[in-house]
Amino acid sequence: MRGLMRRCSFLVAVFLAVLMAGCSSSKESGNKIILWHWMTDRNDTILKLAQQYTQETGIEASVSLFAPSDAYSQKVIAAAQANVLPDIYGILDKKTVVADFIKAGLVADLTASMEADGSAWKKSLFEKALADRSFDMANGYGIKPGIYGVPIDVSNEQMLYNKKLLAKAGIYSAPRSLTEFIKDAKALKLIGITPFVSGWGELWLLDCFASNYAFNIMGEAKIFETFRGRVKYTDPDWVKVFSVFADLRDNGVFIDGIVTKGNKYAEQDFALERAAFTFNGSWCVNVYHSMNPHLEYGVMPPPPVTNTYPLKIWGGAGSSFVVNAASPNKTKAIAFLKWLTSQKQQVVLAQETNNLPANRQASVSISSVLGEFAKGMDESTHPDIWPVNEDPSVREAFDRGLQAIIIGEKTPRQVAQEVQEVKDRQMAKGN
Amino acid sequence: MDSKAKAVSILKNNFQNFLFVLPALSIFCVFYIYPFYKMINLSFYDWRGIGPMNFIGLHNYKELLGDHLWWNSMLHAGYITLIALTFQNALAFALALACDREIRMKRFYRVVFFIPPVLSEIVVGLIWNWILNPGMQNGQYIGFLNHLLFASGFPQLVHNWLGDPKTALTTIAIVHSWKGFGWGFIILLAGLQTIDKQLYEAAKVDGAGARKTFTHVTLPLMWPVMLVVMILTILGSMQVFILIVAMVNEGLVNHTDVPVTCIFSAMENTNRFGYACAQAVIFGFMLVCISFIMKRLSDRAKQG
Repeated sequence: MRGLMRRCSFLVAVFLAVLMAGCSSSKESGNKIILWHWMTDRNDTILKLAQQYTQETGIEASVSLFAPSDAYSQKVIAAAQANVLPDIYGILDKKTVVADFIKAGLVADLTASMEADGSAWKKSLFEKALADRSFDMANGYGIKPGIYGVPIDVSNEQMLYNKKLLAKAGIYSAPRSLTEFIKDAKALKLIGITPFVSGWGELWLLDCFASNYAFNIMGEAKIFETFRGRVKYTDPDWVKVFSVFADLRDNGVFIDGIVTKGNKYAEQDFALERAAFTFNGSWCVNVYHSMNPHLEYGVMPPPPVTNTYPLKIWGGAGSSFVVNAASPNKTKAIAFLKWLTSQKQQVVLAQETNNLPANRQASVSISSVLGEFAKGMDESTHPDIWPVNEDPSVREAFDRGLQAIIIGEKTPRQVAQEVQEVKDRQMAKGN
Repeated sequence: MDSKAKAVSILKNNFQNFLFVLPALSIFCVFYIYPFYKMINLSFYDWRGIGPMNFIGLHNYKELLGDHLWWNSMLHAGYITLIALTFQNALAFALALACDREIRMKRFYRVVFFIPPVLSEIVVGLIWNWILNPGMQNGQYIGFLNHLLFASGFPQLVHNWLGDPKTALTTIAIVHSWKGFGWGFIILLAGLQTIDKQLYEAAKVDGAGARKTFTHVTLPLMWPVMLVVMILTILGSMQVFILIVAMVNEGLVNHTDVPVTCIFSAMENTNRFGYACAQAVIFGFMLVCISFIMKRLSDRAKQG
């Protein structure tokens, strides 16, 4: 009996030890840095570069892929709550969440490293890409000013047009205004070609397109005043933004089912020449190349409604990493990211993955289509660098309202009214 | 053996038994009880998933009571469940009855009918997305269903099934039923096979026709099994989520929202973890109530 008891106790002890080991921190010091990422399309190249780094420095760079990005995002949040974050990781969320991570002591301030040697590292990277994970003196998040992330590539969202399909309709240059675009769309429709496709089943992409027109119609100051609650969504300028979608709908511009279409399907439609125009991010170059290497297309900013204000496109850091402030390998992690964003490695990343490099000097090595995307970086903006952002509940009501306009369920004025009601509720809560 | 030694022996015995149960109990506590406690606890907080947690008492629940989008999502789930309970289970029962007879290739049919439940919901969503694609290329419909309708002389029936608020939810419910009927089919078939064949022979001898045999022999004996299938259908249909995401992504305005997509959206889109937990608590409570009612019905049916 006593023997059995001893064996039982031993087994229970082993079980508890295993359980506790599972709950313990995965932090390891020594000659190894751990990186978590979500980029399935860049995994092979990142792995290859990590191996190269190990060979060059003797420091093992262990790379783990967790996809899709939604699952990755949840994993990072769970790891943050359990304090088991790796040395290097990415935060795929709004700037408020990034700020929360910094406040929780989970993100290292990289300003000193960036500004060392006459700011050599900082100067080598696109300013707009760095801005995504930077906080300035006037930031409203209560974060100490500084640079908290390292972009490994940059991206922006623009429109693309299929040269062959446009030529079939007798169109030989990209439209320069919304009126021209609608005229071209009608010509395409007349010969049975669907004018426009996009993955607006993913609301952020729809939001991004609408935001481009908000900048064009009212300028950034008025947008930010709306976010602050000082301008109403029922303002005629906002109604004009909503009306852009009603006009496009009324003129039969959209592919059927655009509001429930995932971006992967939209990419497939454009690559297989089922639609002449699309709205997508610069990563699509790689996607289209894999789906249809013979696709002939060009890049253009969304055609503006007016010339009153510049039409700003979304752009900035495509993918960026942060360093775990609590990591014992913090210095090694920063050194690895510095190496990864240096010209030589960035050329490899750009050429093998068809993404815009974050390093300025590496951008000379990119393809012509990517070059067209790169030109847009100067006119780019991003919610992460805005001084103020809209409440997520209002943003959701805004995007759902746009969907309702596109399917012809609601008018721009109705949607403006409904969004304002949500805004009023959120403002009342804040007060 | 005196009473003290006996008590020690019992205690030892109990302790030894407890040690055997401890691993399972620990796993249950760590992976079920603690998350459950944590979810209820979080529902009283305003929390963005990281950073400070502000205790707000019952505020999330109060807000939830007035959230018409949430209650609409509940109605949507109810509608999907209703279609599953009727269409899906009627189909499952009809096919189970057919396969319970001596028909050719019945083993083959059993395998075929069980294929949809085995497939992942994402795969089913992708397949149906292709079937229901409303687009056209070179004058031809890309989606199989619209292509078929057009080719068979019903161009007036060609439709944007998932993009129209009038048809989107019903389409999802039908696909969900297609995916789920195989479970009901297997369970009902197993139930049918437990019915003693002598009862059918006795009914035949008594002059009962096919309809009377069905209503007076098959249905009463199948009632407990059907209740089990109904409970599983309700629980499975109320929690439908992946299929919806695979078919309409983030949804068609709010016409395809169901409770689980609302909970996910509260966490993912608006970072309101506390509110999402309150939604999960209310939703879980409702499912427990439904299960309890169905269990009572099932027990009564068994007694009857």
